[in-house]
Amino acid sequence: MRFLLLFSRQGKMRLQKWFMPLTEREKKKVMRDMMMLVLARPPRSSNFLQWRDLKIVYKRYASLYFCAALEEQDNELLALEVLHRYVELLDKYFGNVCELDIIFNFEKAYFILDEFLMGGEVLETSKIAVGVSMEEADTLQELLCHQQTMEEYMSKPAY
Amino acid sequence: MSPSIPLQEMIRAIRSARTQCEERGVIQRECAAIRAQFRQADNGARSHNLAKLLYVHMLGYPAHFGQMECVRMIASPRYSEKRVGYLGAMMLLDEKQDASLLITNSIKNDLSHSNQYVQSLALCTLACMGSAEMCRDLAPEIDRLLRASNSYIKKKAALCAVHIVRKVHELGELFAPAARSLLTEKNHGVLHGAVVLITELCERNPEALERFRKTVPDLVQIMKGLVISGYSPEHDVAGISDPFLQVRILRLLRILGRHNETASDAMNDLLAQVATNTDSTKTVGNAVLYETVLTVLDIKSESGLRVLAVNILGRFLLNNDRNIRYIAMMSLQKIVGTDHNAVQRHRGTIVDCLKDHDASVKRRALELSLALVSASNIRSMMKELLLFLSSCPPELRAQTASGIFNAAERYAPSQRWHIDTILHVLTTAGGDVRDETVPNLIQLITNTSELHCYTVHKLYRALLTDISQQPLVQVACWCIGEYGDLLLKGECQETEPAQVTEDDVLDSLETVLQSHMSAPATRGFALTATMKLSTRITDNVDRIRSIVSIYGSCIDVELQQRAVEYNALFKKYDHMRAAVLERMPVIEKNSLGQTNGDFAGEAIKAIQPAIVKQGEPPLLLQPANQVCDLLDLLGGSEEPLQPSSVQSGTASGLPINNSSTAGGDLLDLLGGFEPTPAAQAPAVTVYEKDGVNLTLLCEKHSDTGLTVTLTASNSNDSDISSFTLQAAVPKSVQLHMKAPSGDFLPARGAAKVTQMVVLNNPNKVNLKMRVRISYTSQGSACQDTVQIDSFPGL
Repeated sequence: MRFLLLFSRQGKMRLQKWFMPLTEREKKKVMRDMMMLVLARPPRSSNFLQWRDLKIVYKRYASLYFCAALEEQDNELLALEVLHRYVELLDKYFGNVCELDIIFNFEKAYFILDEFLMGGEVLETSKIAVGVSMEEADTLQELLCHQQTMEEYMSKPAY
Repeated sequence: MSPSIPLQEMIRAIRSARTQCEERGVIQRECAAIRAQFRQADNGARSHNLAKLLYVHMLGYPAHFGQMECVRMIASPRYSEKRVGYLGAMMLLDEKQDASLLITNSIKNDLSHSNQYVQSLALCTLACMGSAEMCRDLAPEIDRLLRASNSYIKKKAALCAVHIVRKVHELGELFAPAARSLLTEKNHGVLHGAVVLITELCERNPEALERFRKTVPDLVQIMKGLVISGYSPEHDVAGISDPFLQVRILRLLRILGRHNETASDAMNDLLAQVATNTDSTKTVGNAVLYETVLTVLDIKSESGLRVLAVNILGRFLLNNDRNIRYIAMMSLQKIVGTDHNAVQRHRGTIVDCLKDHDASVKRRALELSLALVSASNIRSMMKELLLFLSSCPPELRAQTASGIFNAAERYAPSQRWHIDTILHVLTTAGGDVRDETVPNLIQLITNTSELHCYTVHKLYRALLTDISQQPLVQVACWCIGEYGDLLLKGECQETEPAQVTEDDVLDSLETVLQSHMSAPATRGFALTATMKLSTRITDNVDRIRSIVSIYGSCIDVELQQRAVEYNALFKKYDHMRAAVLERMPVIEKNSLGQTNGDFAGEAIKAIQPAIVKQGEPPLLLQPANQVCDLLDLLGGSEEPLQPSSVQSGTASGLPINNSSTAGGDLLDLLGGFEPTPAAQAPAVTVYEKDGVNLTLLCEKHSDTGLTVTLTASNSNDSDISSFTLQAAVPKSVQLHMKAPSGDFLPARGAAKVTQMVVLNNPNKVNLKMRVRISYTSQGSACQDTVQIDSFPGL
């Protein structure tokens, strides 16, 4: 995967994850192009389109568009599953996730994404495992917010 | 899990701004506050401030002043600050920024932290934005983590290693041993990471590929475990056990099995099992099936498995889900060259997809349909394609038009059909055709002498209806100029003759000349056509003369030049007018030493002495570059060339009857001087019996490969149908017969059938070929065999 974008129907970017190095200007151009292409698609079209040398896979969930760019050898149908899995993870974490959750807790959305994907590839294929890591990391953050350093916190046994 | 209050308050404030201007104001105030906070000493709100800044950045506002704060936060001992700091690094820093180098040390320290969540932050950030420098520095650390740590860290280290290998290819060697051992892990996350890493290593390094082939049995085992094993709730998606891992393993197997018989054999059973047992009711099952099909078609699979794969694609084509149909067509496109017959079976469904509403599906269907056109289905396919052309989205029209032309050229069952088809395209999508369509069509018309009357009638009618489509108008003008007398005669076999007078014809040409819709080139055509008619009509020559003299003062320089020259033809050179404007002879495409009428001969004589004067060797040009080299020659500034270029200038002025690009024709003429390409030999007749004549032409294209073109013609008085050729060669020679141009040989040599055969003779044995000829003539089937022992030009 080269990049993953989440944006609303009004064209507001809610999350952007880049798996390839681009300048700020290039990123802005790509985001504009993606929004233009995807938002212009009629309702019952296929979820795939071709853009430059990349395959774009997009899916609409309520008011948000999830848009991923794949390389030539990547499997588009699996990418749809990846997008769906990410939505499920968000849903599990936030409990009936909606766009507002992602707006007000964007950093959590990123953290969840970082437990699921890395370098553009799937990192963990088990929903439960991702949920557990997020819980533990959040606990770590909570517990230590009154403490000075982590050396005072005994890390949990490896799982 | 408590959310950051200051952050949420700011977000609310921004969202409640009613205008863009208000929003900018809020953000400017917040950014100022954040900047002030950053400058202060360590306070408890640092992570909130950075989070606020990141939100602002996501809205599109500049946030580079936060970069140093990220660096500081990453170095903080507090986990909450590290977490936001690393997130900021991934969002604000990339390898092009200088600040990114500053975090290398922090990452290094955090990679060996006692807490795995800190380690994971470091790994994640390195995999996201690590530059080549950083990767080189930290690679040994990653390797250590690959071997020694827990599953959580191992899986992250594996994908981090993938990023490192992508940035610095040589480091692949470093990770290869660890990657191999990871395949024995049970944890799916780690397995997945290992498979991705091995895939990356194999794609980059052929040696690594050789070594990792040994893992095929292990991979097959893992895959079997996934497919057969019982329900595993943790990894299950709609009944498929860990589809992500399955797809990655299939992809790796594809890479390992490519070009390798043994590896492919080892995975045959598994692939068959996956292909038959995977549930295809949901997308996830189809994703796995899709990957399986791709793998089967790419490795050296046995034919039964290939048939199974193509059938799966066929089933996909009938699926209700648009995505699946799109995928199927893309895959069929890839194999239409190699498994042509298998794909042909699904032609009906593919043609139906042309009518789908989705633009992506339409595009794929078009490409595939064009690839499936053959001599046997040309008529029905063309009907569908022309129907498609009239309703297709504008971005596909040019592609459709040129596809139709190519298909028509290769498989046209008759000349009249060919002309009709081209005319149909020009009327429907005239604005989207390529430039060379006009000269090509003109050449085709000239060569079909028996249809001149029919063609000019059709074009005249088209001209009366609509003069907006430029290519059509250009061809129509040219035809009327050439064959106007046939139009005026008022009799035609093939179509309803038109009752036109000379005035009507001249009216239509004048309309084109004066219309604001006509392009300058089109008006040139119309003017020339008008002039040509002066020798073909009897009564209205004065009218022509007056038209021509009016345009002598036209603003358009090209038109003016033509008009002035034609005027001269009327006045000073009236004796030459008939000769100059006579009917064009048959134009031969790409023939050596062609002569386009008398004055073309003069042009050749004019240029030739110039070339000899140059003292250059006769143009030793590769056919592909002839035009460019010739342009260099004509544009050259050496003295001897000057007089000849003047002559060539007048020569190009004379062939006013040539089609649009006079310059282009001139260069074609000069193409006659290249030496015969060494590899080509003249065609040799190998069979002549009962009026059937078969000639052979050999062309070597490599050390062991050559292409043999068999051309058949029929000199009988009756047609021959179902004409097929079969060929057999010695065992060690590889034979590949391309699709024949057709199977119908009309009587009296009106058309030929060509069959190309590509041979590869790696052992350089004595080449022989036995050809069996079968055909039906006058109701009876005939068959004959001929042995060819000598191949000229070999």
